[in-house]
Order: sequence, then C-alpha cells, then structure tokens
Amino acid sequence: MSAWAQIGAIVRRSVTRTARQPASIIPPLVFPVALLAVNAGGLRASTELPGFPTTSFLAFALAVPFIQGALFSTMNAGTDLARDIQTGFLNRLSLTSLRDWPLLLGQLGGVVVLGTVQAVFYLTVGLVVGVRFESGVPGILVLLLFGVIIALAFGAVGAWLAFRTGSGEAIQAFFPVFFVFLFISSMNAPRNLIGVDWFRIAATLNPVSYMIEAVRSLIITGWDWQALGLGFGFVTAIGVAAFALAARAMRTRLTRT
Amino acid sequence: MRRWNVVSGVAWRTLKNALTNPQILLPTMLFPLFFFTAFAGGLSQVSKVPGFDFPPGYTAFQFVFVLLQAAAFGGVFTGFGVARDFEGGFAKRLLLAAPHRSGIVLGYALAALGRWAITAALLTVVALLVGMEVGGGAVDVVGLYTLAMLVNFCGYFWAAGIAMRFRTIQAAPLMQMPVFLVLFFAPVYVPLSLLEGWLRTVASVNPITYLLETGRGFVAGDAPHVLGAFALALAFGCLFWLWSFRGLRSAEAAGA
Amino acid sequence: MSAANGIEVVGLVREYRKGPRAVDGIDLSVAPGEIYGFLGPNGAGKSTTVHVLTTLLPPTAGTARVGGFDVVKEGPKVRSIIGVALQEAALDPLLTARDHLRLQATLQSVPKSERRARADELLERVGLADAADRKVQGYSGGMKRRLDLALALVHRPRILFLDEPTTGLDPQSRTALWEEVARLRREDGVTVFLTTQYLEEADVLADRVGIIDHGRIVAEGSPAALKDEIGRPSVHAIPCDERDREAIARVLGRFGEPLGSTRDVAVRLREGVGLADIVRALDAEGLTLLDLELRAPTLDDVFLAKTGRTLEGAAEEAEVEPGRGGV
Repeated sequence: MSAWAQIGAIVRRSVTRTARQPASIIPPLVFPVALLAVNAGGLRASTELPGFPTTSFLAFALAVPFIQGALFSTMNAGTDLARDIQTGFLNRLSLTSLRDWPLLLGQLGGVVVLGTVQAVFYLTVGLVVGVRFESGVPGILVLLLFGVIIALAFGAVGAWLAFRTGSGEAIQAFFPVFFVFLFISSMNAPRNLIGVDWFRIAATLNPVSYMIEAVRSLIITGWDWQALGLGFGFVTAIGVAAFALAARAMRTRLTRT
Repeated sequence: MRRWNVVSGVAWRTLKNALTNPQILLPTMLFPLFFFTAFAGGLSQVSKVPGFDFPPGYTAFQFVFVLLQAAAFGGVFTGFGVARDFEGGFAKRLLLAAPHRSGIVLGYALAALGRWAITAALLTVVALLVGMEVGGGAVDVVGLYTLAMLVNFCGYFWAAGIAMRFRTIQAAPLMQMPVFLVLFFAPVYVPLSLLEGWLRTVASVNPITYLLETGRGFVAGDAPHVLGAFALALAFGCLFWLWSFRGLRSAEAAGA
Repeated sequence: MSAANGIEVVGLVREYRKGPRAVDGIDLSVAPGEIYGFLGPNGAGKSTTVHVLTTLLPPTAGTARVGGFDVVKEGPKVRSIIGVALQEAALDPLLTARDHLRLQATLQSVPKSERRARADELLERVGLADAADRKVQGYSGGMKRRLDLALALVHRPRILFLDEPTTGLDPQSRTALWEEVARLRREDGVTVFLTTQYLEEADVLADRVGIIDHGRIVAEGSPAALKDEIGRPSVHAIPCDERDREAIARVLGRFGEPLGSTRDVAVRLREGVGLADIVRALDAEGLTLLDLELRAPTLDDVFLAKTGRTLEGAAEEAEVEPGRGGV
C-alpha cells in the first residue's frame, strides 16, 4: 500500500469519526458566531474611536471566528487522538504496515475537513450579514486556504499534546490556555488602540494577534502583504514546529506502547 | 437543628471538595479574573467613545460586570456539582441520610455562596491593585455585594433545578448557555445608551441590564433604581428557588 | 406487626413509566431482629423494593411501614432509623473515609461530641483505620463496600438495608461481611433486610428468605422450611461413556421427573425411592457411571420448583431482556 493510500484510509476514518460526533462539530460553528454577534453589537461604539480602521465592527471582528474555530480544532484533534491512545486503537494502527508520518497526517484529515467547513460557514455568515471583502473573490480564496492551514497547524499542536499526555482530560485542561492566547490579542481592538501598556505588549508578542490581523486585512484593508506575510509566517512556523514535535512524540509513544 | 445539620453537612463537603481540589476551584477563580483582565485591559479605550460617561473609569465599569458574572457562574458551576452527584450516585447517600431533603438544596446553595465569596475577594483585591476607583461609600459597597449574592443564588437555583431534573452532567450546556446568553446580551462593554440595533433591543428588556446599571451605580456612588433591582433579583431568586425545589421533588419521584 | 424495628409491606407496586411493573404487588413482613434475605435474579425487583422501603422511590400503589413509620408519609422518620448500603457504593472519590463518616454523622445528626469516636470505632471495625485519611478514589472494591457499611452504621440504625452487599467481593471479604452482619443482629439486635442473588448468602445468613421473580414473591419462609417444602432430593449421574447418556436417562426416569441439565443426567426422586434402587436398576442394565450423587434440595431447587427456571438461567434471561427490571 502506498503512503498516499495509507493517508487516504486514515483520513477517511478520521473524517467519519468527526462527522459522527455532532458534539465536536456544532460548538466550533456556533460559539464563535455567538461571540461575534455579542461583540459586534456591544462594541460597535468603539468604531467611533479616532484611528479605528473601519466603520463596521462586524467586519473588524469577523476575523476572530476563524482563529477561534482553529483553537477548537486543536482540542478536537487532541481529544480524538488521546482517545485512540487510551482505547488502544493507535496500537492497532501501529501494528499494520502503516508508516509514521502518514499516520500523523491522516489523523489530522478530519480536522482539516472540519476546518474547511468552519471557514466556509464563517465566511457565509459574514457575507449574509453584509460584510464586504476589500480583497474580493481572490481574497476569499486566500482566506479559505488560511483556514485550512491554520486548522492543520493547530491540529498538529493538539496531536503533539495527545502523544505527549495520552489523556483526553489533560488535553481539555489546555483549553483555558488557548482561550488566554485568543483574548490577550488584538481580537477586540487594533493594537494601537489598546490603552493598557502591558496588554498591548502582550498582544504584540502574541502570534494569535498576527493571525487575526492577516484575516482582518483581507476583509477590511485589501492586500496588505505585511499582515499576510506575518499571519502565514506564524501559522507555518507553528505548524512545522508542531508537526516535528508531534512526530517525535509519536515515535516515542509507539516505541513505548 | 436537624435541617441545619443537613445544610451544613452538604455545604462543608462541597466546599471541602472545592478547596482541596484545585481543578474544581481554579476555573471559577481564574475565569472571572481572566475576563476582567481581557475586558478592562484590552478595551480600556472604549471609555473614550463619545457618550461614554462613567466617572470611576473603565476598570470599575468592567469590574461590576465580572463580579456579577462570577456570581452567576459560581452558582452554575455548583449546579454542575449537583448534576455530577446525581449521576455518580452520591446524591442517593444524601437523600437517604437527610431527614429533611430541602436542606440538601440549601447546603449546595451555601457552598455556592462560599465559592463565590472567595472569587469575589480575589477579584476585588486584583481590581483595587490595578487602580480601580470606587466612588460609592460603604453602603454602596454592601449594596453591590448583596446584589451579587442574590445573582449567585439565582444562578445556583436555576442550575440546580436543571441538574435535579436531568440528573446528568450532560445537562451542563442547558445550565450554562441561558446564563451566558442573558449575561452577554446586556451592556457588557458600553452603557445601554451606546448599544445599537438588535442588541440594544434585547438588552433593554434583559433584567441583567437593570441589575448591571444599579451595580455600576453603586461603584459610582449614584445607584439608580436600587429598590427595583433588589426586588427584581429577589423575585427571580424566589422563582428559581421554587424551580429547584420542584426539581428535587422530580428527582425524588424518579428515585434519584 | 408494625413493631418498632420491623418491616411490613402490603400490596406494594412500583411501575416505571413506559416500563414493566418492577414490583408487582408484594406482601411481606420482617420481624424485629430478623435477617430477611430477599433472593432473586437480576432484574427481579429486589433493588426497586429496597429503594421504595428506604424512601428513595415512591411506590405506585400499596403501603410499606418501616420501623412503624409509613415510607410515603413519614419519610424523614424512616430515614432517621435506617441504615442503607446500596448496590453502588455511592461514594465521593475526592473525600477520604474519615470525611465521609464526618459528613454522614452530621447529616444524621449524631451529636458533635460523639462523631470522632464513632468514626474511629467504625473505621476500626471495618478494617479501614489505616486507610482512613486516603481519598476514596484509590480504594479497592472491597474497601468501598466496607466503608459503605460503616457509613450505614454511623447513627446506630435499628434497621439495616443491604442491597447485594457482596456482589463483586472476593470470598474472604464476603465471609468477613457475613460475620459482621450476623454480629450486628446478635449483639445490637439490628433488623437486616438483605437482597442477594447468591443462594449461599441467603442460606448462611437469613432467618427467612423471600424469593422474588418478575416483581412477585414466589416463595417465602426459612431456608430449611423452603427446602423441606420441595422435600424430595435429586439424583445426578455422570456417565462413563457419553453414548450411555440416553439409556441412563431412561433408567433414572423410572424413579422421578427429569431435571434439565447439560453436564449430568438428573431426576427429582419420587417419594420412597432410595439410592440403592437406582444403583440396582443401572447395574441390571449394565450401565457404568463416573459419578452418582444424591443431593438434598437447595434454594435453587426451590426457585426452579416455583418458577420453572434455575436462578442462574433466570439471571441470563434478565440480561438479554433489557428494560425488565430493577433500578
């Protein structure tokens, strides 16, 4: 069996499993949109601040669900994989002729599919409520690509945690940490309009700010190559690092088990 | 006396669990702190929006919301504990041992209050450390915390009612989501007058808006509709108290 | 007989919504200081009965008085005089044994000055003194059962309900628990209502046994009286050569009614038949046996005689019949 066929088989199983768990599909779709609705209504007044980059807070905030959804991907990928470890299913897979990296890549198949569905959903919600994309249709395609890459990168983080801890509960315990990364960022205000110094510095050091800003630029600015470069750069770096760590952790665990 | 034994026994056990197991207490303590940090820190410039008029400043403005939010969720999280006890069978032990079962519901309520008190103390210390200004006097402060206490009871009695009807932790979203929605469909970031569109319509009829305005007024030293807010909180408290006791009856009829 | 420590049940029914009648009109009475064994397969209605008698579940119809108090109208009074150890130990994994005892003593209004001494005494008695300050989540099944029993005894109850107390226990723990139950009756005069699916347990412990099947009591009396009622022993033969099985069954059939069995050939003997008659008849046919055994009637025979099934078979049946049965 070729590596691609192996990946295909694992992806199929991963997608089926994800599709059969409404509990892992619905929250990543509903919660970010609910938060978007609340913030867009509650913070509309902040668009009146001098220097705010747009007159529509909805357009400004639409970037957030893409990142929030990706954080859910981390949890889902991690929890699913941890369950495979706990139930011994991973052992079953490792007893086949499957090689290491197709196993890892395949496991993330479900996350990528869900990530794509999420991105399309948020995009549709944005378009339905009247958000205009300054970068046009090509920008929308780039946004979808970004959604897939970010789901893959964060999914790899989840996989790394799963291989390291082997416990679904341990993965869930990381959730608040991701939440902190999301909220201490430029999620609700442009960085130059964050008044509290330490918060602005933390948001500037936080890679999540740049991911949000990359998506945001496609919506409210047009083609801001610097924002896109930083966003894609950070996602790619995190993804590569997470894959490397996950692959190493997987080899350790498979040797151990 | 016997009823008090049940109340104190259940409260002691629930609080002991929370205090000796960080995984239970920490989320209730850290989440409000985190929200406070994220809102008061990240959005402080919002107070410069034309029409935003709250003399004590944005930190105090957000402090009141987070205090009430922590109160409500402190109650809801205790409701999770009730559901877990019914699901795991421990509630049977309480139902069997307690001569007066209403004491069980009140015991958890006392524990919810204890948990919130710890969180509220921490939140207050942090808010004062980061320079929160308080315009109100001692009576206002007592008023604010009493109001939050009533919100804590409302949150708990609501969640306990659900917990005892469903008797499984899978009912957690049902306990949590309505509270989350009621809290956030209110003037969280800006006063009601600065809200627009559908959120303004919803927030205008949301009882939490009323309580928030009074609570923020306490901090500013000029609380509006104080009697109305307390009457509203008490009315909801009584309503949810009845709701939770009906829940207990439903659990008893089902054999817990 | 609603005596202070007794139990009296008349026409008790408990129906579950969309379910069968878990308890279908039972009458029973337990005398003060008696150990009453409630015997039946899984799903027979034992636990439902215990739940009703301990005020955890209201009956659909009928009355039940425990210690002279009505379980529906006087729940708090019933709860104050009973101790209960349910099938599932109902413990909080995050509390220690001592925490549990303290909680239980508070709930049961044991005077504050006595709580510590009572806890120490019970921990010692159930052999948990060394593990008293460890969280229950690290306890073995047997330790949890022992703690459960200690908790049931905290307030010196007059009536003790034990719902399948030895299920899942190793033989050593089982014997220890039997001894403790017997001691409680002997020394403290506690009335014990014990459900079990183990014949041996009912036989060893109970003064009287009620056999329940499909929510109805099918037999009641002392184990000896119940076995006497069946009266006749059975004979069990194991053939040397499996090909002789039919011939042996034919010979044995002359002396009684056949009993369903896969391993041996067995008949319940008619009145007046002796083992010697059978041996002679088998010998005359030239049939040789590996083993021939005369067995006195057991409670399983009683169950078989009353329900047409063995207790073991009924348990298996209950497993494939979800929805029928207890709590």
